[in-house]
Amino acid sequence: MKYFYYSGCSLEGTALEYDISTRAVMQALGIELIELDDWTCCGASAAETVSELLSMVLPARNLALAAKMNMDCDFLIPCSACYLNLRKVDEHIGKDEGLLEKINEVLQEEELSYRGGIKSRHLLDVISTDIGAGMIEARVNRKLSGLRIAPYYGCQALRPYGGYDDPEQPRCMEPLIEALGAEVHPWAMAAKCCGAGLMTTKKEIAVELTGELLKAAKGADCIATVCPMCQMNLDSYQRTVSQAKGEDLRISVLYLPQLIGMAFGLPEKDIKLELNMAVSDSLRAKL
Amino acid sequence: MSDEKLELAEAHTAVDFMASIRENIQACMQCGTCTGSCGSAYAMDFTPRQMWRMIQLGLVDEILRSRTFSLCSSCYYCTLRCPRGLPLTETIHALKQLAVAKGIAEKKGARFYQTFLDTVRRYGRVREMELMARYFLSMKSPMLPLSFTPLGMRLMIKKKVSPEMPKFFGPGKLEGIFRKVRELEARS
Repeated sequence: MKYFYYSGCSLEGTALEYDISTRAVMQALGIELIELDDWTCCGASAAETVSELLSMVLPARNLALAAKMNMDCDFLIPCSACYLNLRKVDEHIGKDEGLLEKINEVLQEEELSYRGGIKSRHLLDVISTDIGAGMIEARVNRKLSGLRIAPYYGCQALRPYGGYDDPEQPRCMEPLIEALGAEVHPWAMAAKCCGAGLMTTKKEIAVELTGELLKAAKGADCIATVCPMCQMNLDSYQRTVSQAKGEDLRISVLYLPQLIGMAFGLPEKDIKLELNMAVSDSLRAKL
Repeated sequence: MSDEKLELAEAHTAVDFMASIRENIQACMQCGTCTGSCGSAYAMDFTPRQMWRMIQLGLVDEILRSRTFSLCSSCYYCTLRCPRGLPLTETIHALKQLAVAKGIAEKKGARFYQTFLDTVRRYGRVREMELMARYFLSMKSPMLPLSFTPLGMRLMIKKKVSPEMPKFFGPGKLEGIFRKVRELEARS
């Protein structure tokens, strides 16, 4: 199996451990990640608030870079916002004929062009659909026994497009967690919003939404995430959220590939637990 | 173009833009599934359902004055559940674009996104540390950075963000693409 790897900007900075653990897990499974050296930002949630065309051109530029390589493989994207933006291009050019022409007129500036047809897929989709719990379980050599994990999917990995899981009641992380030898923390918040970018611009609302999530996660040893934005909101603001809610809501929050890497027995340099903002002593003791 | 003509042209664009937004929402039957699905609705002055009705009635100024659309976190629940299949989240993005174009966008959100895109134009990718520094500078609010300082410090200790020299001169990495987008948008 081979994929174009689009890490996105966050994975070069605040979500470094997500990048490192994703690469390590893929390598352990014998999956090849093809780098796009000249990749640029997908526009995140900023471009769509300023210009519709820019919000299409920025992700399309990356698809065009891959198209130039002439290889028949899908994109693998760990960040939910990047995934949504790249996927949006093909969803929209299918519906609006003039759009592709406009995109290409802009891309001509860099002598790039895109015809559509490259599939953009979320890391969670690739792990649960292409790799599957069976292949994961076969590679596990250090079971995460006694660990209770709350699977958190967030929004944009599932909505509006989805396709690989139920967009309101997702379950695809559960067999993976069980394959690692851990237990699933059942909760109703798996696909609820953490507030995303509102944490920067409308903090009180994101604190409220994140607070509800952290409250529902009580009883779990950790939350598993598949998005750098979700991770940031859940793990970096726990003090603020606990104060606002008047209760101790601290909990460990780890990226799914970090958990997989641990169960694979990968060394600490491949998991980078020390980079997470919230890892409790009780979790470390259980590992 | 004189200021007056420019204002007139902008007003026309806003009217056209609003017409396309209205068309998106034409089939809304006011069931309120969107409001019931919205995590931020509790903090809005008008609920999402009320806002679609206001769009149908052409109450543009009232909508743009409200805080409703700026509280959308793009979770796409309303879009997913809308029984009419309307592009609701995208309509909110269009309202945000309109507010930015009219220069009345709520300060924090608009500044943040503009600063964000400016770093993308310059470097091609986001430099998180510089983005936040520029955002704080543009807000000219001494208290704002303080609320993010503890997090910034922890991120620096973990070497997840590092101060880099900003680049003020020379063409940006994506200069051509940004210029061409502006050009095409001015044409339409």
